[in-house]
Amino acid sequence: MRHHFSRIHAFSCGKASIIRDNEEHSLLGGPGFSRIVYCNGAEGSGNLELNYGDNYVSTTKYTLATFLPKSLFEQFRRVANFYFLVCAILSFFPVSPYSAVSNVVPLVVVVSATMGKEAVEDWRRFKQDVEMNNRRVKVHNGEGDFDHSKWRDLRVGDIVKVEKDEFFPADLILLSSSYDEAICYVETMNLDGETNLKLKQALEETSKLQEDSNFQNFSATIKCEDPNANLYSFVGSLELDDQQYPLSPQQLLLRDSKLRNTDFIYGVVIFTGHDTKVMQNSTDPPSKRSNVERRMDKIIYFLFLILFLISFIGSIFFGIATREDLENGRMKRWYLRPDDTSIYYDPKKAPIGATLHFLTALMLYSYLIPISLYVSIEIVKVLQSIFINQDLNMYYEETDQPAHARTSNLNEELGQVDTILSDKTGTLTCNSMEFIKCSIAGVAYGQGVTEVERAMARRKGLELTEDDNVANSEAKSSIKGFNFMDERIMNGNWYKEPHAYVIQKFLRLLAVCHTAIPEVDEETGKVSYEAESPDEAAFVIAARELGFEFYERTQSSIMLRELNSVSGKITERDYQLLNILEFTSARKRMSVIVRDEEGKLLLLSKGADSVMFERLAKNGREFEEKTKQHINEYADAGLRTLILAYRELDEDEYNQFNKEFMEAKNLVSADREQVIEEISKKIEKDLILLGATAVEDKLQNGVPECIDKLAQAGIKLWVLTGDKMETAINIGYACSLLRQGMKQIIISSDTPEAKSLEKAEDKSAADAAIKEIVLRQLREGEALLSSSNENSEAIALIIDGKSLTHALDDDVMDLFLELAIGCASVICCRSSPKQKALVTRLVKTKTGSTTLAIGDGANDVGMLQEADIGIGISGVEGMQAVMSSDIAIAQFRFLERLLLVHGHWCYRRISSMICYFFYKNIAFGLTLFFYEIYASFSGEAAYNDWFLSLYNVFFTSLPVIALGVFDQDVSAKLCLKFPLLYQEGVQNVLFSWKRILGWAFNGVLNATLIFFFCVKAIEYQAFRKGGEVAGLQELGATMYTCVVWVVNCQMALSINYFTYIQHIFIWGGILLWYLFLLAYGAMDPTLSTTAYKVFVEACAPAPSYWLITLLVLVTSLLPYFIYASIQMRFYPMFHQMIQWIRSDGQATDPEYVNVVRQRSIRHTTVGFTARFQASQRLEASKRLQV
Amino acid sequence: MMEPHSAPTPKKYSKKPKYSKFSQQELPAWKPILTPGWVISTFTVVGIVFIPVGLASLFSSESVEEAAIRYDDKCLNEIHAQNAVAFIKNDMTNKTCTTSWTVERKMQGPIFIYYQLDNYYQNHRRYVKSRNDKQLVNPASEGDTTNCYPQDKTNGSMPIVPCGLIAWSLFNDTYKFWVNTKSLTVNKKDISWGSDRSHKFGSKVYPKNFQLGGLVGGAKLDENIPLNQQEDLIVWMRTAALPSFRKLYGKIETNLEVNDLVEIVIENNYNTYEFGGNKRLILSTATWIGGKNPFLGMAYLFVGGVSLLCAIVFILLYVIKPRPLGDPSYLSWNKNPGILK
Repeated sequence: MRHHFSRIHAFSCGKASIIRDNEEHSLLGGPGFSRIVYCNGAEGSGNLELNYGDNYVSTTKYTLATFLPKSLFEQFRRVANFYFLVCAILSFFPVSPYSAVSNVVPLVVVVSATMGKEAVEDWRRFKQDVEMNNRRVKVHNGEGDFDHSKWRDLRVGDIVKVEKDEFFPADLILLSSSYDEAICYVETMNLDGETNLKLKQALEETSKLQEDSNFQNFSATIKCEDPNANLYSFVGSLELDDQQYPLSPQQLLLRDSKLRNTDFIYGVVIFTGHDTKVMQNSTDPPSKRSNVERRMDKIIYFLFLILFLISFIGSIFFGIATREDLENGRMKRWYLRPDDTSIYYDPKKAPIGATLHFLTALMLYSYLIPISLYVSIEIVKVLQSIFINQDLNMYYEETDQPAHARTSNLNEELGQVDTILSDKTGTLTCNSMEFIKCSIAGVAYGQGVTEVERAMARRKGLELTEDDNVANSEAKSSIKGFNFMDERIMNGNWYKEPHAYVIQKFLRLLAVCHTAIPEVDEETGKVSYEAESPDEAAFVIAARELGFEFYERTQSSIMLRELNSVSGKITERDYQLLNILEFTSARKRMSVIVRDEEGKLLLLSKGADSVMFERLAKNGREFEEKTKQHINEYADAGLRTLILAYRELDEDEYNQFNKEFMEAKNLVSADREQVIEEISKKIEKDLILLGATAVEDKLQNGVPECIDKLAQAGIKLWVLTGDKMETAINIGYACSLLRQGMKQIIISSDTPEAKSLEKAEDKSAADAAIKEIVLRQLREGEALLSSSNENSEAIALIIDGKSLTHALDDDVMDLFLELAIGCASVICCRSSPKQKALVTRLVKTKTGSTTLAIGDGANDVGMLQEADIGIGISGVEGMQAVMSSDIAIAQFRFLERLLLVHGHWCYRRISSMICYFFYKNIAFGLTLFFYEIYASFSGEAAYNDWFLSLYNVFFTSLPVIALGVFDQDVSAKLCLKFPLLYQEGVQNVLFSWKRILGWAFNGVLNATLIFFFCVKAIEYQAFRKGGEVAGLQELGATMYTCVVWVVNCQMALSINYFTYIQHIFIWGGILLWYLFLLAYGAMDPTLSTTAYKVFVEACAPAPSYWLITLLVLVTSLLPYFIYASIQMRFYPMFHQMIQWIRSDGQATDPEYVNVVRQRSIRHTTVGFTARFQASQRLEASKRLQV
Repeated sequence: MMEPHSAPTPKKYSKKPKYSKFSQQELPAWKPILTPGWVISTFTVVGIVFIPVGLASLFSSESVEEAAIRYDDKCLNEIHAQNAVAFIKNDMTNKTCTTSWTVERKMQGPIFIYYQLDNYYQNHRRYVKSRNDKQLVNPASEGDTTNCYPQDKTNGSMPIVPCGLIAWSLFNDTYKFWVNTKSLTVNKKDISWGSDRSHKFGSKVYPKNFQLGGLVGGAKLDENIPLNQQEDLIVWMRTAALPSFRKLYGKIETNLEVNDLVEIVIENNYNTYEFGGNKRLILSTATWIGGKNPFLGMAYLFVGGVSLLCAIVFILLYVIKPRPLGDPSYLSWNKNPGILK
């Protein structure tokens, strides 16, 4: 979550000149390094012969030519679809029980619907490509002028001119820029998500080409590596006037990054289109599938099993019957002519006939497998994610960001989240830092009240009155990042303070020791800053506000405007910047070495308390005690603290250091970083303490409320942060994840014992010993946990990164997990991105529960991809997290609605939909099987071919889609009012095997009732008054009518949410059947075959047809109705209880609702509701004692 | 920030979703739940509707007079019973047989005459498919005998009209009736479905080459009568759904009085002995509900009765065991708190 302080400022890195004889460059021209670029590619220069691709970029999955084969292949890779394809092919052979056309049409409909969806998606990508490819850029036309040209027309070797805030159209080699030093600033947010600016610099030899006309006669040759995906390396050379100059990543400008703070640059194109590094890097994100879908696959396999089983049974019976048709040359069923038949019915070869019949049966009973299930689910999910995207309650006005479901695969998974793993900065907090307090020379300054202090006051019961809050917010300075109030040092009053000189040094250090870049607004003259991390920006802003305005940075100097408080004059001071000792997470500090105007050499340093105090000089510890005390107070208040210290260097020492440092910088070996670190360590010592800063990491809006709701919903929240333990604990308090009286198990390797071990020589022994300590702490925690389980106390687990390394070892993992699961809150601090991902994987794989990771920074990417669902916060830390997330939201608090409302709905919709799908297909498919019993398993279908094939596509598909898209068990408001409802998803009660099998059983029952009632009622007697009996076609039509009525009414009965859409789809589905029957029956008999006039002539005029329909309908629904009535009244599920409350009109009665909720929720352990309850319990017990 | 109704007109392009009841999933909806009122009244209504309907159906079915005479066994004398198959296959044997039956209750005309076959798989896939609809209706498609094998062409490769196994196996028993020694006319007109006559069997299609092959299946057809008037064929070719089926043979337009003696002369030609099927002759009247079958009425009565019973049980349940609203103790995960997996 912290930005890495960048490595951009290699200012002092000597400019490369003539090529060195190093290994890498000698590779040029060899394999892998074959690219030759003739800059300013004039005709005949050879670029065309080299035939490098153009700059056209296509991100589409298909092209016009490949769309059909490729997407068809994709489609039929699915088992179910492949099965239907085989069926369709077989239906052209005589094994088929039905006509080929009727079987192919639904498959074509289903497959083309999915392909249509693919095509639309790809079309969108194509339009994006077109937009990108048609962007304009200035290209040298060969005569010293630059003309606009489209990106797609760029060729390797072209010279382009890119202006401020434009994207680079291809990978370029920087030739020169508007700066004399030929530097430029680049924002690489699209590549790595980092918002900080990176500095690039051209070769000195080309840096003078600052005019358009310079390029008329420019010619040079670049030799470089072949296209590859490595963003951070580049090897090449530039040949100019017969001289070779080496090129490095320092000159490389990557496509998709943006030119910032620089008016223009000139560059030569070296990689185009798909050769660019960013395109070489693009990989498909890992595709995730939801639990529900995985279980659905199992059900499909189960259905396949049943399909094979009944086909097999049928084939055996068929084989026996066929064999018996001819005994010793005597025909039994002579009317079938078994003596003269094709192989399919040949009694002499009954086993072959039975085998072929098996194929027939597989096709006939294929209606058990819902062909339209996949496509319906896909359509439904896309519509569901549109609802998520459209939700106004998840739209964030400030950044104009609606929620964005990047994948629609995981909608229902949102309703099953068991554990949330959350990043802290930028997720729980705003990632906007405010400089709020400081301690200088042992004196604490700053009177602002932090959110955490307010939360703490609230916790202590000292509720700050509303007025206070209002006054506070009004008095808040309007400057972003600055919330400091103290008359003693503001407005230049600091010089009156006792330690004024320290204060001056302190503020100067704030203004000088950083890597921010100033941006001066030309109109107002105001300075704003581009910084790598918001806390660094906060420092520079604070320095500016307190009279030390940093306004310009060149490569070698930093300029300040200092307010002389005594005279009131502003003096400009120039600090010569000599070295930057960069921040790394290992060093936890950064320093700069500057020479001030008096010529003094200063080392200015800021860093974490844990590393800074030990580097203080003996005479620099004057304020140590006081400062430490202040830091602890600040940390208590949830603030981030840094220690500031400085040191004067003498020339010899510096020269010695600089020499070593430069050498180290130029090292090309793996341990370069380490060497630099060692050298830096040597000079960063004997520091003199100035003071400490405190920056507030503001909580996002609504975070505590959201966490409280999630806790009530029974969702566990783990915080994984890179912050130090104290800060993390404080944020924990502010979020109500921790509270007073909660027992805390702290597992830390920061104990004195561990520290002394660390100093030991033998690293592996020390490691083992630390592991032992961690293990011991874990065991103690375990013991505490089991003892507290008896009196149901909530326990929090806090573990730091170093301990986590050991806790995640294979042999300790289970113990750790067990402990963590038992705790109400888990906070992992100081954890690295990799550890975050590992913890996520641990929870996901070991508990088998659904995990959701939420984060906003590039360091959360691993976690987001590892978790079942990754949620990206589209905040300020770049796009990396969002790009690798499944769903992006703008604020943490939207998680509440996303999970409790959309998640719950989607889970419910999808699971009900799948259950219903299986039900309706079993109910239909089994009637076919039952009929076979009466047709000697010959494979004759009970229904007309077209009735069969349109069942899934027409008469029953729309209601099920309406169910999947629109159904609501309870309204959004009630979902939020009764968060525990969410547990239905977590415990998977709506998609448990019990429920699935229940629906399947209902399907079997309905099929049985429909079939046998129809058969018994129609039997052989006259069908109506005219004396005609019902034949196969009448029985088929009657039975089919019953099926359509039953499955549609079953749907109506099982939902309790009817908008006009449901009404139209359900009743429309039934009506459609009759309309179809009329229309189809009116066609010529050669088309309509057995359906010809079957309705108008035979069925409709016969009262028994209608009576059978009514009887079968009511009888089939009756068992479910009885079950549902009993269950609803006597064993209601949670959503049904809420429905009761709603229907009784008690949902708006706050007191009543509260009573019900209190009674119905499990003992929540975190969140402020729990905190409130805990305090009430405490009071109650006190009262009892009195 | 949530003021969807008063959304200000966006000044510039905004990604803010537009408010509509549809997109916010706030459409007005009817949300019925199974309250005791609904449950009890549904059961009651079902009961109240079903019992009278059931009674009416049952009454109507019971009012049908039906007589079934099995004759496949009766029409074999003792010698032939030893080898029924040989008997029936032999063209030379006399297959006429006479039986009589006394009318027990008055039968109001029209009285329908059916023949009933058991264990006869007219719904076998091979059998059902063995016909050619085009040939039946269109004289020009006479030669089209697809699907008809082995009854598609004669040995001389002439197309058979009507082709296929169904037509070939046409039922060929005949019945003659005498009531009190007076001959009864059997009306064989309009015994098939009208649409079959008008659209499925052509008025210009005449039987050709029918039953000329070595193996004769069933009845022969008069080559001078077009197919749409061959009603026995039309009835036969509307395949039955189940292995036990009746087909309309003809109608007797007069009434049969109690104690009328009906003598029936049967030409027992059709071979059911080979596959062990039975043959019956049925005389039956019909009412609005059709023939005699008490199933529908009984089922209605049963379901109606169950519904009423359910209504009563539910009323009692609600009285005896009223459920306190919002009682959470039924919740599965409340029963054992702490176990949350």
